[in-house]
Amino acid sequence: MPHITLSNEFPGIRSLFIYRPKTAAPLNALVQAMLHDPHPTLSAGERELIAAYVSRLNDCHYCSNIHGAIARHQLGDDAALMEQVFQNPETADISSKLRALLKIAAKVQKGGKNVTDEDVSLARSEGATDLEIHDTVLIAAAFCMYNRYVDGLATWQPHDDELYDKMGEQRAREGYLTPPFKVKREA
Amino acid sequence: MAHIKLLNEELPGIVGLLNYRPETAKPLLELAETLLRGESTLTSGEREIIAASVSYWNQCHFCHTSHAAAAAAHLQSGLSIIDDIKAGLPQTNVSDKLRALLNIAHQVQRGGKHVTETDIAAAVELGATDQEIHDTVLIAAAFCMYNRYVDGLGTWAPVPNEAYEEMGQRMAHVGYGKA
Repeated sequence: MPHITLSNEFPGIRSLFIYRPKTAAPLNALVQAMLHDPHPTLSAGERELIAAYVSRLNDCHYCSNIHGAIARHQLGDDAALMEQVFQNPETADISSKLRALLKIAAKVQKGGKNVTDEDVSLARSEGATDLEIHDTVLIAAAFCMYNRYVDGLATWQPHDDELYDKMGEQRAREGYLTPPFKVKREA
Repeated sequence: MAHIKLLNEELPGIVGLLNYRPETAKPLLELAETLLRGESTLTSGEREIIAASVSYWNQCHFCHTSHAAAAAAHLQSGLSIIDDIKAGLPQTNVSDKLRALLNIAHQVQRGGKHVTETDIAAAVELGATDQEIHDTVLIAAAFCMYNRYVDGLGTWAPVPNEAYEEMGQRMAHVGYGKA
């Protein structure tokens, strides 16, 4: 049961967006700018993967599943890749640059001060730009917000892989600014 | 020294980061403006106390001191509230409802799943509405973002409380993202 009265036609953060449109607007604009809008060097799939990974570290079921599904749709429908990253980015089949960025993201998840000069130097030596480092820190920080928002109000978070796949396909294609479809809440 | 080369290294804390990346600055500022100065049954002073408290728990000096200075400007309390927030507000006259909301904010700071039905019931008992609970959770969550953003990129921050007085006045009375 959510801690406040929310629509039961939309899961996770979507129920909160419907509840409070005034805060939904900047929250949605932020995720669109960070993850979906064109980026000079990081693909949308790579940025979604960072978001999904941080959400998994924060143990947020809704966010890790929806962003994992979006990443999968953007990265050539490779379900194994997302699972590898969730298990251990060190051994996942990703670029060494993305691996170094995920390491920074994991530090941010624990607290901003954990990011060291060495973490940043490692990412740079693997070819990361300042903008990529900036965006990685902001994505990781932002998902420490979205995850807390979704879990802190105890929103409804379905356990249904097919549903996340369908929602993820929509977001991968359309971005964040189009209306969500209604979901029939299981009894 | 920040971890990345900012466009203007004289700008402290989040200010330098917002200047570096205008595309993300816009929604970040709109969110702060809505949460802290938008329409609400909580006063802006109360909401700035929540923001400053969460920032203190996250050990973000820039965010704690600047938002506590904004609270001081709203409440006309003087800058002593900056240290009083660190101590849990023993010297500041705040409502029991706000103290219950601060407890919820502290749970969110630890992690979203820490918020219990008992925490919520205690706030409701003291008159907190659904929207006040919603906004408290979102303010606390948002400062878990702003704090990590500011510290994760190694930005610099002025040390003494007095250095934040004018900034707090501007945050309180001009707003976020307003010239």
